[in-house]
Amino acid sequence: MIIVNGQPADVDAGETVMMVLVRLGVESQARGVAVAVDGEVIPRSQWSEFALDRDARVEVVTAMQGG
Amino acid sequence: MLTIAARTFRSRLILGTGGFPTLQALAASLPASGAEMATVAMRRVDAATRGSLLDVLEVAGVFVLPNTAGCYTARDAVTTARLAREALDTNWIKLEVIGDERTLLPDPAELLAAAEQLVDEGFVVLPYTSDDPVLARRLEDVGCAAVMPLGSPIGSGMGIRNPYNLGLIRERATVPVILDAGIGTASDAALAMELGCDGVLCASAIARAEDPVGMARAIAAAVEAGHRARRAGRIPRRLYATASTPDQGLADFS
Repeated sequence: MIIVNGQPADVDAGETVMMVLVRLGVESQARGVAVAVDGEVIPRSQWSEFALDRDARVEVVTAMQGG
Repeated sequence: MLTIAARTFRSRLILGTGGFPTLQALAASLPASGAEMATVAMRRVDAATRGSLLDVLEVAGVFVLPNTAGCYTARDAVTTARLAREALDTNWIKLEVIGDERTLLPDPAELLAAAEQLVDEGFVVLPYTSDDPVLARRLEDVGCAAVMPLGSPIGSGMGIRNPYNLGLIRERATVPVILDAGIGTASDAALAMELGCDGVLCASAIARAEDPVGMARAIAAAVEAGHRARRAGRIPRRLYATASTPDQGLADFS
């Protein structure tokens, strides 16, 4: 089961980070967004190639008010 | 001028963006504070709010300082810093590693480990630290660009509980010392600057004030006043009075 931002996601193994972002409604050019898969940051340049394992934990974060 | 890692800021007040009731209140308070640097946190994408905060900060023309708020381990803080670098295209990070949920006090061991790692990775690290002079020195020794001791716990508004420690940190540090956390009102910010701090980071005291714009102006003025007073040199404290008017030429009515 692939987990996206803490929730089980309707994403299949082999799909890319970019496909996850599209489902979250994040545009590929979105400002201020970063992605980690299993605790490793995936650079924007790899979003459309990086394929997810079937147990991948994906975090998609952005800047919010704080600090 | 406040200089951190070769970048200069005219204002010595850094605004934390947390706690403002609305983005409009933040947008109005930014120019009132005069701050040229503002913090942001990294959180999971929420389709409803995405983008607008960065737009507000861009319009205000402030330098964006991401933080690692909410992290309890060095590992999480390092990952969050890397995410912030990727998301915001900056190698600056306000490093927070919390050790206790109730007081939000820093975890010194995790903080130092994270600071060392992030400096190694080329980050400009501004650590939120306790008011411990030894820890502040250790953070400087591993290459932090500034140290940010607390006055009292985050959001407590309890002011500066240990001005003596803050003085010791200032005496020893060769990097900027920025008071981070605990400011309740303008006089706390003035005291921080009078104690020799190079700057003040303030969020809740402005964001949660009845009138955030009014408090932003007040605290900006206090930071400026405290800095000027420090440079001007205060008189020593004495136990008894010292007449400011000479006795010479005093009339005799006996």
